Amino acid sequence: MSLLEINGLGISFGGLKAVNDVSFSVKPGEIVSVIGPNGAGKTTLFNMISGIYLPGRGSVRLNGTDVTGIAPHKLAEMGLSRTFQNLQIFQEMSVLDNVLAGFHLQERGSVIADLLSLPGMRRRAANARDEAGKLLARVRLDREQGQKAGNLSYGALKRLEIARALALNPRILLLDEPAAGCNAVETEEIDRLIAELAASGIAILLVEHDMKLVMRISNHIVVLDHGEKIAEGDPATVSRDPQVIAAYLGREETEAADADG
Amino acid sequence: MDALLQFIFSGMTVGAVYALVALGFTIIYNASDVVNFAQGEFVMLGGMITVFAHQAGMPLPLAAAMAVVAAAGGGVALNRLAIEPARSAPVVSLIIITIGASILIRGAARLIFDKQLHRLPSFSGDTPIRIMGATILPQSLWVMGGAVAVFIGLWLFFSRTLTGKAVLATANNRIAAQLVGINTRWIMTLSFGLSAAIGALAGVLVTPITLVSYDVGVALALKGFAAAMLGGMGNPRGALLGGILLGLLESMTAGYLSSQYKDAVAFIVILAVLFVMPQGIFGKKPVERV
Repeated sequence: MSLLEINGLGISFGGLKAVNDVSFSVKPGEIVSVIGPNGAGKTTLFNMISGIYLPGRGSVRLNGTDVTGIAPHKLAEMGLSRTFQNLQIFQEMSVLDNVLAGFHLQERGSVIADLLSLPGMRRRAANARDEAGKLLARVRLDREQGQKAGNLSYGALKRLEIARALALNPRILLLDEPAAGCNAVETEEIDRLIAELAASGIAILLVEHDMKLVMRISNHIVVLDHGEKIAEGDPATVSRDPQVIAAYLGREETEAADADG
Repeated sequence: MDALLQFIFSGMTVGAVYALVALGFTIIYNASDVVNFAQGEFVMLGGMITVFAHQAGMPLPLAAAMAVVAAAGGGVALNRLAIEPARSAPVVSLIIITIGASILIRGAARLIFDKQLHRLPSFSGDTPIRIMGATILPQSLWVMGGAVAVFIGLWLFFSRTLTGKAVLATANNRIAAQLVGINTRWIMTLSFGLSAAIGALAGVLVTPITLVSYDVGVALALKGFAAAMLGGMGNPRGALLGGILLGLLESMTAGYLSSQYKDAVAFIVILAVLFVMPQGIFGKKPVERV
């Protein structure tokens, strides 16, 4: 059964159909990538799935439940977590605190119990701290945990955002260009991390410009152009699709005629 | 020397009230970037509701508690009815909405209550305490103690409790806060309720000394704003220090220059802060990451 099901999703800004009638689904442990030229509507699609934008048309189903237009903090509770292309980090907090914030939902306790610093609350906090340390080790940021997040490099912040998303213990993770601005080594690290996460059963929905990365790790690829889905399938099929090639490289009339003849 | 000490005592007393108003500004500013100019009206409501409930026969502590709760309800209503529906508007529009709300609350208070000056009995009598030749009213100690207690309470709330940390997280990055499952709408409601309650508490504490009428909120909002600017907008320590500094400056001006210039101090402080150090004492310069 599909974990995430997108059905006929669409939104318009003014008269422009930014995303129109997009459908696909993601199964647990699967890596699905959404690709397309700049302005194809990938991030807009992500924003609708994660509750930042209210879709104009269509539906989003998470584990069989209709979650169309539900607020991001509710989706977080239901197991959907995401990262942003342009980073949404608590810049003023330490690296460790950023990940600890991700444990917010699991840590829930009363204000009074917190104020009195009851043993249960302290144990809970210590536990979250341990888990956060492990997550930071997983994204290789454990040595930076005391630093202010704002001082980290761009690539490190990308990994920090993933660690925080993982703290929510998600069933599906939406990654918006996790490798953008990263060097080759960092990209490879993120590549490995994503594969590990998928192997542990988390569904991954990815927007990424690095085609080598996408082709290497995706199980399934959805191609958008001008807000519409123009192709989908496994990496080999998609990379041979004439419409996809046209969308990326532009159509050449003579070649098309030659192919026909 | 005696005079100086006397000015310090009275400066600390009014300063503590400004600090409480500034703390109210700080909480809402942190949660939403909005400077809530209706903050002074909550101080007024705290005083007025207590006075009228007390006159109606309610014991003073009960009347005070009721006033604080009612003002908190007013704060929540302000957020739900006026700020939240306009949430996507620019911050300046939201600030103008709070100015409108303050005019509305003042007008309503004038209709519901009256236009007279009212006072409350002091909590622990009116016998001045003598300290090194100067005197201080027991009620002044209540005001200062109240400011310190609120400051410590807020500090514990923000540093120890998950809810407090959720407020800080929302202040730091609203979208990231939503991502980790924080209901930022509820955090806004909480912030407005909390800061209105703190304002009302200030009103209850200070009414026995300065009296209250429907229109005391304007001046208090302005001075609390000056105090918050001086300390660094958004910083609780700054609010406390800024409030007390402003109170001391006012009472020194009144004592050594002329009491007619007293109210000008707040304006001069705002101008000086804006010219010399727009980020205030504890505030940070905004840094853009490129």
